[in-house]
Amino acid sequence: MSDLLAARSQMAVSLAFHIIFAVVGIGMPVLMVIAEQRWQKTGDGIYLELAKRWSKGTAILFAVGAVSGTVLSFELVLLWPEFMKFAGGIIGMPFSLEGFAFFTEAIFLGIYLYGWDRISPRAHIWSGVAVAVSGAASGIFVVTANAWMNSPAGFEIVGGQVTNVDPIAAMLNPAAFQQTLHMTLAAFTATGFAVAGIHAFLLLFDPLNAFHRRALSIALMVGAPAALLQPLSGDISARQVAAAQPVKLAAMEAHFETMPGAPLTVGGWPDVAAGEVRYGIKIPYGLSLLAFHDPSAVVKGLNDFPREDWPNVPIVHLAFQLMVALGTYLALVSLWAGLTALRGRDLAASRRLLQAIALGGPMGFIAIEAGWTVTEVGRQPWIIHGVLRTADAVTPMPGLIVPFLLFTLLYCLLGVIVVWLLYRQIIRSPRSAEWSRIYAPRGGPSV
Amino acid sequence: MFELGLPYIMAALLALSLNAYVLFGGADFGGGVWDLLASGPRRNRQREVIAHALGPIWEANHVWLIFAIVLTFTCFPAVAARLGTVLHIPLTLMLIGIVLRGSAFTFRTYDSQHDTTQHRWGRIFSSASVITPILLGVTIGAVATGRVGEERAGGFVAQYVEPWLTPFAFSVGLLALVLFAFLAAVFLTLETNDHDLREDFRLRALGSGVAVFLASLLVLLLSSDQAPLVMAGLVGSPWALPLHLATGVTAIAVLAALWFRRFALARIGVGLQVSLIFWGWVLAQYPLLIPPTFTIEGSAAPATTLRALLIATALGGIVLVPSLWYLFHIFKTVPADPGARHS
Repeated sequence: MSDLLAARSQMAVSLAFHIIFAVVGIGMPVLMVIAEQRWQKTGDGIYLELAKRWSKGTAILFAVGAVSGTVLSFELVLLWPEFMKFAGGIIGMPFSLEGFAFFTEAIFLGIYLYGWDRISPRAHIWSGVAVAVSGAASGIFVVTANAWMNSPAGFEIVGGQVTNVDPIAAMLNPAAFQQTLHMTLAAFTATGFAVAGIHAFLLLFDPLNAFHRRALSIALMVGAPAALLQPLSGDISARQVAAAQPVKLAAMEAHFETMPGAPLTVGGWPDVAAGEVRYGIKIPYGLSLLAFHDPSAVVKGLNDFPREDWPNVPIVHLAFQLMVALGTYLALVSLWAGLTALRGRDLAASRRLLQAIALGGPMGFIAIEAGWTVTEVGRQPWIIHGVLRTADAVTPMPGLIVPFLLFTLLYCLLGVIVVWLLYRQIIRSPRSAEWSRIYAPRGGPSV
Repeated sequence: MFELGLPYIMAALLALSLNAYVLFGGADFGGGVWDLLASGPRRNRQREVIAHALGPIWEANHVWLIFAIVLTFTCFPAVAARLGTVLHIPLTLMLIGIVLRGSAFTFRTYDSQHDTTQHRWGRIFSSASVITPILLGVTIGAVATGRVGEERAGGFVAQYVEPWLTPFAFSVGLLALVLFAFLAAVFLTLETNDHDLREDFRLRALGSGVAVFLASLLVLLLSSDQAPLVMAGLVGSPWALPLHLATGVTAIAVLAALWFRRFALARIGVGLQVSLIFWGWVLAQYPLLIPPTFTIEGSAAPATTLRALLIATALGGIVLVPSLWYLFHIFKTVPADPGARHS
């Protein structure tokens, strides 16, 4: 394994690991706050138990997110010193703002978790709101920095020297809005469906359990609207990519030949050597329509770009297909659940719907991993699109396979422990006699 | 004129956030040290007080380090690149320590309360709390020797190991460790209402206070040979004598306050003492960020960036300062009641 590949792999593992916890830090506070607000309003103890259990889960996941986020901020300089030397002064701004947002999130999470008996109920719920807002803000700032790597702005290069640096223009780069919108919706979708999936699964065995019913409805309240909006945001994103990174779009769609009225290829395996996709289904005019909202628009194919500027086409294409497929599934399930709820039907009464939600549980997170694969692998061979190549940004230190293996091992261990802890301490149904009495539905099933 | 001063203002902000990390994050690591060294009949209750003191605040305290790294790579990108390249190994090990400390502490809090489980997480939490400060000190010490900043020829060892594998760097690591333990012990005297527990921490504070003196002496002795620039600053500069006097007076005052059980006074004093030691290093290097070549002005990012960041920091501070005040007001004005967590 070359040092460059080791560095890229370490970064990939670190990002893939951290993103799960970062997303939970954005989504879970909203669920906690809703549960606590309902408890304050209704006095129903189940909502309090939900808020407490969810905040316990958030505490575990947030801590792992905080430390793995620290690792990432250091890895920027440890693995990519030449990148930071070039970009630090241009794009450091959103990282600093993220620092403030994350600080605020950590402060109010501490207050929320340990302050149940120390502050007024009103102050407590507002601390939860502060966690939710600053969590979303910190995600937005970091994604802004990533968007800059895709659509660099706010500087000029004159005679090999960076001049006219405008950190605000860099932050408000052309991809910033699209990417932050897509990621924020993804965070709510993934968290909402992960929680909904767990409780839908448990409801399959224990359909009258009021604890799981209430959890399911709150989780869907957060996850489903986001999942329904996500295809729209995906369309906005794709059009931005089509305009700013045509080679990435071509790789996403495994589109080799430049042509007007380009078809959309669904599925299939890109045969790079032959320059075609095997076993894919082609939808006429689909790609031109999606990318430019015009059936006759010309879509540039990979063959029009120098070969050394291509990303890894099969990975990008498959990851993109996976993300779209999972996102579509979640949007459809959301539609189903939404219509069921609108008609006043009981969500937990439909086994089919519960099964569909349970199946969708991990899908939001898988889609996020796939989406980041598209945006990161799809940007290669550049670390800053069109400006700096990844190979020129890596640290000169040899032996990078060692830290790569170390962090991979560490994160695998942590992952197993976190899952085990969440299962043992939070997910299992409450067992005490008192709780089972309360969980018996009062006045028939209601969610 | 303001434009010219910008790099220095940002360098001061960087030093301030590191100072805050040393004070707050440092005390949290020190808490881990006393968890490891918990002993005597009140061993488990000592650990409970420590866990209770850390719980609500350690994640917020940890963010000062993230601020420091972000300020470094935004305002002084070349410095960040150099540190990340030459100090790759100790920084990576420090990160692993940070990950293990934070996650083990949280796992211990939320995992089953069985003794064996608690001990397993406790062992990882406390050993990581010992190793991480040493590595933090080693990186600071390595910078002070000038080996990180100079161009070095040779192979892997010469370029990536020798700059930090020096007795001086490790003496700074040791100083960081005992300094953090000292801070924590003093702070912990105010974290309990129990007389016996308080005495336990008082004795630990007195002991580690003496250890701080010895470790400082060791650093000073080794610096004449290995970090001549810092040594020159600490001995020869016009501010050296007043600073040493202030540090010495504060150190004695803290020990006296501990002796006479004036714990609130000791808490203020120890913060001042640790900050004075920290600023001694900063001033000894001034105006260099990494001796002998990386100056504050020479490695600064463009003025537009620094100005924007300064404004952002001011705005962020408006949110941050009251929030931090609120956090500490809730959890640190009334002495904690060990065992309350379980009720």
